[in-house]
Amino acid sequence: MGNGTSIGRVRGLGSSHHGTHHFLSSRLTAVGNLVLIPFLMISLALMPTHDYATVHAWASKPLPATALILIMINTFQHARLGVQVMLEDYIHEEGGKVMAWLLINILPLAGAAFGIVSVVRIALGKA
Amino acid sequence: MAQAPTKRPLSPHLEIWRWGPAMLVSILHRITGNGLAFVGLGLLLWWVSAIAGGPASYQTFLDWVWRGPAGGLQTFTALLGKVVLVGLTWSFFQHMATGIRHFILDIGSGYELEANARWSSLTILFSVTATSVFWAFVIFR
Repeated sequence: MGNGTSIGRVRGLGSSHHGTHHFLSSRLTAVGNLVLIPFLMISLALMPTHDYATVHAWASKPLPATALILIMINTFQHARLGVQVMLEDYIHEEGGKVMAWLLINILPLAGAAFGIVSVVRIALGKA
Repeated sequence: MAQAPTKRPLSPHLEIWRWGPAMLVSILHRITGNGLAFVGLGLLLWWVSAIAGGPASYQTFLDWVWRGPAGGLQTFTALLGKVVLVGLTWSFFQHMATGIRHFILDIGSGYELEANARWSSLTILFSVTATSVFWAFVIFR
């Protein structure tokens, strides 16, 4: 392993063996989004109005509530993977990489958990 | 990077190449994906949590994002909300079309120059058409 050019410092290291799972997970969640997001958009487009009573009644039904929770899991994971690739391309400083690594592993989980709690409150709470 | 020579020649980058459809939809895939991730999922969380919060919090969401009854800043955010929602719709359709394009490229197909450019252009045609049809349905039905 050389210490001169950037290619010299990585030559011979081989694969990190983490890329394939990232790639497949990205594709798998993309297929999930192909079902979940059109379901959400068509449901929203077909609602007679978008006042509180209408959207609450919709979101508290089992199928929409399940779809919303799956969006919180599937779409957040897909977004996490995609944003990670973007950050890897544009952040080059070590400090920035550590910060990005922290945020990319914490924020999507926190957002998804908050979303799931919200949907559960809608689905199980009093109308 | 500390030990790497700083004045190494770089391979030709963005400013060298003439823009083509494949380059455009490639960067659009990234821009729309990240837009959907930050703005789209952020707005989705606000919407769902506003519904969970009850009628008053949902009304606050509607007023700031769509209706704007209080005037002033809210008139602006209500207009911005409509622009953002149309933008998110277009972003989704564009990201979906280029995502399906990636599935096709993943199986090793569609790399011939002419076909690649044609399918790239078609993703834009699709996203603009689908966005128009979606909002025409929402507004005029």
